[in-house]
Amino acid sequence: MKILVCIKQVPDTAEVKLDPKTNTLIRDGVPSIINRDDKSGLEAALQIREKLNDGTTVSVVSMGPPQADVALREALAMGADDAYLVSGREFGGSDTYATATIIAAALKEIGFDLVITGRQAIDGDTAQVGPQIAEQLHIPQVSYAEDLKLGEDGKSIIVKRQFEDKAHVLKVQLPCLITAIQELREPRYMNVGKLVDAYNSEVKVIGFDDLKDKLNPDWIGIKGSPTNVVKSFTKQARAAGEVLTDLTPEQAADAIVAKLVERHLI
Amino acid sequence: MSKDIYVIAEQRDGVVQKVTMELIGIANELAQDLGQEVYAVLLGDKIEDQAKECFEYGAKHVILIDNPVLKEYTTEPYAKAVYNLIKAKDPNIVLFGASSIGRDIAPRVAGRVHTGLTADCTGLAIDKSDTEDKGLLRMTRPAFGGNIMATILIRKYRPQMATVRPGVMPLPKRNPGATGTIEKFDAGISEADMNVEILEVVQNEEKPVDITNAKVLISGGRGVGGPEGYEPLRELAKEFNGGEVSSSRIGVDSGWIEKARQVGQTGKTVRPDLYMACGISGAIQHLAGMEDSEYIIAINKDESCPMMQLADLGVVGDLKKVVPAVTEKIRAYKKSQEV
Repeated sequence: MKILVCIKQVPDTAEVKLDPKTNTLIRDGVPSIINRDDKSGLEAALQIREKLNDGTTVSVVSMGPPQADVALREALAMGADDAYLVSGREFGGSDTYATATIIAAALKEIGFDLVITGRQAIDGDTAQVGPQIAEQLHIPQVSYAEDLKLGEDGKSIIVKRQFEDKAHVLKVQLPCLITAIQELREPRYMNVGKLVDAYNSEVKVIGFDDLKDKLNPDWIGIKGSPTNVVKSFTKQARAAGEVLTDLTPEQAADAIVAKLVERHLI
Repeated sequence: MSKDIYVIAEQRDGVVQKVTMELIGIANELAQDLGQEVYAVLLGDKIEDQAKECFEYGAKHVILIDNPVLKEYTTEPYAKAVYNLIKAKDPNIVLFGASSIGRDIAPRVAGRVHTGLTADCTGLAIDKSDTEDKGLLRMTRPAFGGNIMATILIRKYRPQMATVRPGVMPLPKRNPGATGTIEKFDAGISEADMNVEILEVVQNEEKPVDITNAKVLISGGRGVGGPEGYEPLRELAKEFNGGEVSSSRIGVDSGWIEKARQVGQTGKTVRPDLYMACGISGAIQHLAGMEDSEYIIAINKDESCPMMQLADLGVVGDLKKVVPAVTEKIRAYKKSQEV
């Protein structure tokens, strides 16, 4: 079986801070990581391969700038068999529709039985690219996967799909696409031996020319994106409140209750 | 020409969810600006009775897609039904709740239609400028964990599609007895469209509390120190009508409290009348989920933490002493008000 795992390199948004004076993002020195949901999906793929032990391969695919190479090598060091970087200036500025169009073309080029993506990336938080890849590939999707295993027939996947109030246990035939939530699997650490190998192995680059038979140039990049970002801004701060210090717990409680009464909250 | 606003109603076990009412509310505002109509689209199995809810919360029209295949949510029959509806009716705007269902179906439909979709919007408005964008839907959403807001347009494709975060748009006033038109739509779906097999439906053990409905949230963070640290918060929450306990991410990730109570970018967005942050320093991801609360009180040992900066009232102190004292004083106050 051929498993493709889509990963995205993202800034660690937990490390992003706001400059209190300018109210803008401080991006300098923010580390890049493999998106957590994606890493959980990669771990699930590696475990399927290990369980089957029948020549099944796990390939990682990332669309991004040349720097995303680092994320792919980290995935190799975790145990992925090979890595593909989908990169090109024609792809820049793509929204989720255009991104999914490009990635779907790349996945067709590579070939697959099972595609695993993360549910959403922590920088964009859209959760749209996975389902939109599945749509372009005309295969079923199961999103929000909390657990999964290979079906006994070897041709299906059994997935526990989480909703807010319940879960579905679903059986879906291969080929299909699964989107993983962080809770799916705890990712393993990079293997030191593999880390050295990872930096010696080749990350295959897939550019526009490699996909031009499969891609309509009018449907990709910033010009081919159905959505247009017209404005971005940081949120306006609330009016400054009052901060009380050096109070005893009794005095603090009195101050709070006074406000609650004043505002008719009790 | 593409016309009207379609709200894809979300029903679970045959009951329309609150996010649908919120969507009807905002859709009515947009429709007024456009001079167009709002249609609530009900998909499910034997769910005609839910049309009443849609009417009472302000929908004038309901489109009913009633089919046994739609009893439990699965992607393909729902996606195909909505796709066929869009092809037949050519709506201008289609809105979904940004729930685990809405965020599954909406991208699939937008991909099939080939149009734009904006995820997890927190603001929707009609462009009233004197430019060629006039009349377009301005969709605003947070990105980078809520650090940046972006406003997005769909200029060349229809319908303009968006998923909207539950709990962000105000719930419209209910108008009991309101009615409207019901149209039954044959969406051309059948058993053959089920490309997944449901082996089992697992109900989550505890019925999840919906903190987005709470009027008052007493919220705990790292400072509560452990699962037992939420107990004084629960005591305090009981003193309020519609009071609930919520948490920052640390409490959930540490297993101190259930996920359904998490506020923030990866949890729920809330806007209660009162948000009392106890021992929550205020990571930006957390602030993104609660900063629109009506009144914010912070109790924290750290005077300089972001939550203190955000709060309307910040009290520097030990929550383990201050919270029980507040509970006692509220009880005393209530007693003093008794006749």
